[in-house]
Parts: sequence; structure tokens; C-alpha cells
Amino acid sequence: MNAAAGFGDDLQPALQVTGLTVEFTLGRAVVRAVAGASFSVQRGETVALVGESGSGKTLSALAAMGLVDPPGRVSGAVRIDGQAVLGLREDEWRTLRGRKVAMVFQDPMTSLNPAHRIGRQVAEAIRVHDAGVSRRDARDRAFALLERVGIAPAAARARDYPHQLSGGQRQRVMIAMAIANQPDVLIADEPTTALDVTTQAQVLDLLRDLQREMGLALLLITHDFGVVAGIADRVVVMYAGRVVEEGPVDAIFASAAHPYTRALLASVPTVGAARGGLRAIVGAPPNPGEIVAGCAFAPRCPLAEDRCVAQVPELRPVAEHQRAACVLADQIAAGRLSP
Amino acid sequence: MSMRVGDESGRARAESNDAGLAPTATVRSPRGGEWRRALRSFRRHTVAMIGLGFLVFIFLACFVGVHFAPSPTEQALLEPTHGPSWDHWFGTDEISRDELSRVLHGGQVTLKLAVGVAILTTVIGVLIGAVAGFYRGWVDELLMRFTDLWIALPALPFLAVAVSIGTVSLGPLGSLDLGGPLGMTLLLSLLLWGSIARVVRGATLSLREREFVDAARAIGSTNRRIIWRHVLPNCLGPIIVNATLVIAEAILVESTLSFLGFGIQPPTPTWGNLLTNSISNIEDTWWLVVFPGAVIFLTVLAVNFVGDGLRDAFDPRRQVRA
Repeated sequence: MNAAAGFGDDLQPALQVTGLTVEFTLGRAVVRAVAGASFSVQRGETVALVGESGSGKTLSALAAMGLVDPPGRVSGAVRIDGQAVLGLREDEWRTLRGRKVAMVFQDPMTSLNPAHRIGRQVAEAIRVHDAGVSRRDARDRAFALLERVGIAPAAARARDYPHQLSGGQRQRVMIAMAIANQPDVLIADEPTTALDVTTQAQVLDLLRDLQREMGLALLLITHDFGVVAGIADRVVVMYAGRVVEEGPVDAIFASAAHPYTRALLASVPTVGAARGGLRAIVGAPPNPGEIVAGCAFAPRCPLAEDRCVAQVPELRPVAEHQRAACVLADQIAAGRLSP
Repeated sequence: MSMRVGDESGRARAESNDAGLAPTATVRSPRGGEWRRALRSFRRHTVAMIGLGFLVFIFLACFVGVHFAPSPTEQALLEPTHGPSWDHWFGTDEISRDELSRVLHGGQVTLKLAVGVAILTTVIGVLIGAVAGFYRGWVDELLMRFTDLWIALPALPFLAVAVSIGTVSLGPLGSLDLGGPLGMTLLLSLLLWGSIARVVRGATLSLREREFVDAARAIGSTNRRIIWRHVLPNCLGPIIVNATLVIAEAILVESTLSFLGFGIQPPTPTWGNLLTNSISNIEDTWWLVVFPGAVIFLTVLAVNFVGDGLRDAFDPRRQVRA
């Protein structure tokens, strides 16, 4: 099981997802949005979960929070600090959320309640898990949290309503709420996508600082390789509900072994390459309801062979700590084949 | 009759409120919360302010001014029934009692009833609507069919039967006169909570999908806390507007019922009761119809003006122009 952890195999990961499947039944069709994804995050480690829209990144995260609502069905295994959490009762989940695993959502514009002052919302995050804490203590701790995430002077800003804050400030408030109960695992679902570029960098810096300070296991969901390069230790690439490649961030950038990872990296616009225009990946990802025989990326893959559609490729090691689910992975990683 | 909150009006209200829920956050928003913004908008609503002023006047008159008016029971036996005069502003009734005093005393009963009905319907409606909208599924189905049942209940036969039963025993709690003010408050509340339940359910259905509800779940909030802290504060606007409109509805319904003899039973004076006997003598004693009628009409109008003002105040789409 621990082989999924990549490196540090002897340690128990803070978050371990094994063979995670999330299915929806729509009429007669069963839509498999996540199809057996496995990945893990160690304490003090930042893992970037990368993939395009619909690849199952967010659903995997929600499943790890126990937040997939019916009709969604979750199977596989999720362990938080070694505790198997799938199938927990809702009240058991509630004691974990916020305390063991917390989440920062994509859009800070809508993730804060417009009806309450931000200080009260942060204080509520504290009081949810500690009924015994007095209002005053909760407020003081909320102030400290707000200061910590860079909302200062906290005592004054705590009286603001969400609409009075900028996007970056709101995301800081969301982060303050997420870390209020010292979780072990922090999941950040595209925390900077809704922000402008300068603010993105600041929020990422804050996340990285907090991660180091608190020894968080940080799972960062993103589709932005700039973000990945700046903050991640390891990268997990998802495509059509499966993990297609994982490895240390340097290895992924230097010698990605899966054609999809290569294509993703190639489609990142760079300043120097303006003349060539944007490189997009030809085609579209399969619909979640569609059953694709073999490798889900084969229809879009320039290197696809007959054996690619024969069966789903397993994740295989291609280098130390790096694994890819492609029959040609070794050749691609070695540079003998280039998609 | 305005008594039955029809399907259409309930649904239309629910929709308009659904759409009006999302307070668009703009950088231009002034400091201060949703409430201060709504208050500012309300104060600019001239008609609503006039309505509010009139309501304050009516409440003061009924609950304070009444002590300065002549007695409602004392009969000026020496004087024949006569129209408005300096001594009796609204004239005297068929047994020479001061009509103004009777209107003010009737107002106490009617207004208390209306406010009581508004509070009770809001409590019942919010509870049932929020639970149905939040939990959806079979809970929603069950509660909403139960709501439909009460909305579809033919009000007049129901009340006629209830009032004819008269006093019921509540065991250790004493007894309750269904034809008295308290009994009528309860009966009308039972008949009128449906629309609020529907509005709150609609609002809850849309609010529960908002991201801040997910965010609240992600920090481990209980469902009860989410409903109480995150859902209800965001639909207070529609709730308040509806409660206001229920006040108007309750006044009208009570008047209608009393007029028909199904309402609060005489000798308790209510605005409706005052009209009951006088209408047949409208040619001789017009003031006994015109004054109570005008008071009912103006009060209901004022409540509706206030309701409109509140609805506009809580509607973010109207803020843009302001």
C-alpha cells in the first residue's frame, strides 16, 4: 500500500488515497468521475494535483473530505493519519473536518457567508470544534489567526463584511478558517485561480509559509504549472479520473514520462515562445460517462499504438520516485520518444 | 377572499425571492452590512416611510391614545345615536357608545392578532421550510405535501367548524376558546403559514448550494449550525417581507371572518365585528361603516406599502440605480 507514497515509504502518510472511485448514476448510465486514483501526501510535504477540468481533481479532494453528496458514490480507501475514513458516519466526519483535514475552496468570493463579519466567521470555525471556548477567547484567537494570514490590523478588519475585502484578502480569511483548528492535512482547491497574478503569488507564499510552520500536508489542486513549480514538492497528474503520472517536481519538469504530462507542459505559454502561438492538446478529454477502451488519453495521443487501446496501462516506475501509466513511459522519459 | 394564499402568488413570491437572494458584492458597496444598506434603501422609499408613519400612528392610537378617548362601553343614554361631533369624533353607535373608542379597542384586538399570526406563521413556516429545503429528498416531499394540505384547506368551512366547536379543553393547560382572540390567532396561523414555508424552502434550496455552505461543512459545522448561521441569516429579507404581508392578510381575513360571523365572537370588539351590524343600516348611520372601514383599509394599505419598501430594500438588483 505504502508504495503509493512515492518517497518516504517508511512513514505513514498524513493523507493516503488508494484506489479511489467516485461514481454517479445518471438515469441508467454510471458516470465514473474518479476511477481508481491513488496518491498520498506526507506531513510537511506539498503535493500538486494537476489535471484539466473534469479530470477528477476536485472530486478526489471532496471525497477525502467526505463531502461527496449522494447520488455520488465513493469507494476505495482514504486514510487520514492512518485512520480509514470512508464510510464514517456524518457525525464522525464532522469531528475530523477542520481538525484533521481542512479545505480552502476555489472561489473566495462565494465561500464566505455574506451575512456575517469575517471575524465572526473565523471565530465560528474555532467554536465549531470547541464548544467550551468563550466568545471572547474565540474572538481573540480569531484576531491572532487573521493577523497570521496577513489581515491587519485584525481587530479593525474583523468587523468587515466579506464584500468589503478584496479577493486576495477573502482567500486569506478562508485560509485562516481552514487552519483554525491546526489540521494535519490542508487541501487547497485552486486557491489562486480566482485571483489576479500578483495576489496569487502572495497567497501561495502564505500557504507555503503556513505549511512549513505547521508541518501541514498540503494537497494543492491546480492546473497552473507556474504554481506547481513555485510551491510543490511532488506532482500527481490526473487524466479522466486516473492518476497518469506522479513524481518529484523536478523530475516531472525535466523528464515527464507520460505523453499527457508532456502535452500539458508544452501547452504552458512562455514569454519567449510567443511567435509559435499557443500549443493546445488536440481533441477533448473523454466524457466521464464514456467508456474508453485502454488508455483514456490514447485518442488524443500522438504516440498511440494498438496496444494502448487494448488495456488500461498501470502506473509503473520509470525512475526513482517517478511513476507513469504509459506503455511507452521508459522511452519517453529517456528522451528516445517525443510526443 | 384574500384568505387563501393561492398557489400562484406563493410560487411567484418564492421565485422573486430566489432570484433576489444573491447579494452581488461590488467594490462600490458602501461600508456596513447588508442591514445598513437595506435600511438606507428603505428610508429612501417615500411611500413605505409614509406607510410606516401611519402604522406607528395607528399602533400608538390603539395602545396609548385609547386611554384618552371616551369609554367604549359607556352609553350616552341621553343622546340619540349621532354622527361625528367634537365630543365623539367617529360618532356614536346604535346604543350610543363612542365609536372612536370602539375602533381603538377593536384595533388592539385585531392588531395583536395580526402580529401574533405573523410571528407564529413565521416560526412554523421558517422551521418547516428550512428543514424541507435543507434536507430535500423524502423529508422535503413529506413536509411540502403537508404544507400543500394546509394551503389547500378550505378556510371558511374549517373556521366555521372550529368556531362552532367553541371552547375546547386543553387538559392541564386550561381551556381555549376557538372563537376568542387567542383561538383565532392560532387558527389563522395554521391557515397562513404555508406561503412562508414555501418561500423559505425555495431560498434554502438555493442557499444550500452556495459555496459558503460547503465551506462551513468543510470546517465541521453541524447541519443545525449551517441552517441557523448560514442559511437563515441570508434569507431574512424574504422572511421579513413575508411576515409583513401576513400582517396585512391577517387583518383582512379577521375582518372578513368577523363580518361573516366566523371570526372572533362578540362582544369582543374587533375591526371586523364593528362592521358586522352597521352595514345593514349604512343609509342611516354611515359613519359606523365608513370610519372602521377606512381604518381597516388604510392600515392594510400601509402594511403593504411597508412590505413593498422592505422587498425593494432587500432586493440587491434595485441597489444599482441608487
